[in-house]
Amino acid sequence: MYITDKILPELPAPSSSKGVLHWLKTNLFSSPVNILITFLGLFLIYKIVPPAIQWAFIDATWVADTREECLGEGKGACWAYISNRFGQVMYGFYPPEEYWRPNLAGILLILLTSLLFIKQMPKKVWIGAFILLVFPFIAYFLIHGGSFGLSEVGTDKWGGLMLTLIISLVGIAAALPLGIILALGRRSTMPVVKSICVIFIEFWRGVPLITVLFMASVMLPLFLPEGSDFDKLARAMIGIILFQAAYVAEVVRGGLQAIPKGQYEASVAMGLSYWKSMNLIILPQALKLVIPGLVNTFIALFKDTTLVLIIGLFDLLAIIENVLGSDSSWLGFFTEGLVFAAFVFWIFCFSMSRYSMALERKLDTGHKH
Amino acid sequence: MSEANKQTDQKFALQMINVNKWYGDFHVLKDINLDVTQGERIVICGPSGSGKSTVIRCINHLEEHQQGQIIVDGIEITGDVKQLEKLRTDVGMCFQHFNLFPHLSILDNLTLAPRWVKKIPKAEAEATAMKYLERVKIPDQANKFPGQLSGGQQQRVAIARSLCMDPKVMLFDEPTSALDPEMISEVLDVMIELADEGGMTMLCVTHEMGFAKQVADRVIFMDAGQIIEENTPNEFFNNPQSERTQLFLSQIIAH
Repeated sequence: MYITDKILPELPAPSSSKGVLHWLKTNLFSSPVNILITFLGLFLIYKIVPPAIQWAFIDATWVADTREECLGEGKGACWAYISNRFGQVMYGFYPPEEYWRPNLAGILLILLTSLLFIKQMPKKVWIGAFILLVFPFIAYFLIHGGSFGLSEVGTDKWGGLMLTLIISLVGIAAALPLGIILALGRRSTMPVVKSICVIFIEFWRGVPLITVLFMASVMLPLFLPEGSDFDKLARAMIGIILFQAAYVAEVVRGGLQAIPKGQYEASVAMGLSYWKSMNLIILPQALKLVIPGLVNTFIALFKDTTLVLIIGLFDLLAIIENVLGSDSSWLGFFTEGLVFAAFVFWIFCFSMSRYSMALERKLDTGHKH
Repeated sequence: MSEANKQTDQKFALQMINVNKWYGDFHVLKDINLDVTQGERIVICGPSGSGKSTVIRCINHLEEHQQGQIIVDGIEITGDVKQLEKLRTDVGMCFQHFNLFPHLSILDNLTLAPRWVKKIPKAEAEATAMKYLERVKIPDQANKFPGQLSGGQQQRVAIARSLCMDPKVMLFDEPTSALDPEMISEVLDVMIELADEGGMTMLCVTHEMGFAKQVADRVIFMDAGQIIEENTPNEFFNNPQSERTQLFLSQIIAH
């Protein structure tokens, strides 16, 4: 028999199991093979990173009026290639004297959205609804003009990063709710609703986005009554929204299936109607679960906007590749253009990814199903 | 049902008349007849698969019965959506796995249905919620999330959540089966208190025979989808009539 009255004290972990040296030892130098790989990695970093920094920053030409200033011995990247036509990179063929209009719309959106991040903000639902339902019209009147004394700037003049952002923001904002409804519909017990949703999802998932864009821009007008002019950008956007909604629907459906049956039962057992139990109980949990999948879809959508080039819309990449790239007085700086485009895309995609991780942490209530 | 009938049935909180249910070809409930008067406390027991959970899940229509009538508070359950929503505000339910809403705080779990179904103002709903949290002895957990509570605490929250809707009937579906042994009594204590206050009609599926002896007005024993025996707890435990009941009791008491 053994018996004790003594409660053992809590001791700190031994120092050999924490600290920098311990980390280095377990992560980088734990075996001969890992030591070899560590040194190989360091060697590769040494070969790649310093020359890249040398080219992109130290030897770079930031300001230049002609391409000749960028050329010569020891000259690195020619960022003047971008900065000289920065307006076009940002706004496409939008008239420079009207740049304030998209700027104003952008600032307004940032201000409105940042209200949502203030913790104690009252009536957040209304602000959210305003952003989703009213702001798009304000932005349209600002950027497109044609009323309230603003001159009209047709969508054919829109371009650059502005166009990329417009397409992807509208795409995300519209594809998410549509996708959620499709996902709910696909799980419906009503056969007609269910089959409509299944057919819709499977159709749009089955065709490549390029085909969708071609159809929207080339084939659709053939079916429309003669003389009816339907904006090319609007057509492309509708195509992108329907296409992405199908993907969003499947991601959301995965989340819905992961919610235990008991949650549905508990919510209906308390007298909540179908829509209330979906909105208050099921969707908040399901969407939280599929944040990684949703962000994946949104990042894909953001990058897929570059495909609108093939129907003659000039997004950021198209402006850099086709407009700047075809300027005969600035030939030979393709690399700079592509590096810049890649950098801008990376900034946006990386921000989305970081934001989603922060959101997941914030919504974590310590519960594992 | 005629107006006169409605009146006479009012003394019953709940009636099941020849209820039959099938899962596919499997006959899970066979001719269930059960009258429960207002304020009566009933314990349903039986071996697993006997249909005891299915019976109480039919009462708030989480499961659909194919034949017979279920009449709650004088109104026959038809499956009509609006009627169901009303029915479910009158019938509270506690589940084996608590089924709290993990994304909401304890307080929000309790106020959600009163606010969204009964349209009670937030402050009032929160006051009611705190009152019931005090009754289940965990008012200090109000701002935590379900994931931070022990199983016993979660089940007590689940009971409080049902009580917030001010139900006429409470259904308990094996409320202690998923709990660690040391937490069973804290949940049973809350249920006993609720029973002792009187007035609440309670149907409880459980294997806690001590609880049955202490609070039940009637014990119902089910096997293979049928009600085999129905008696006062005293008679049921000391003088079981059917062979099947005797076997069942000998099996659970052996451990």
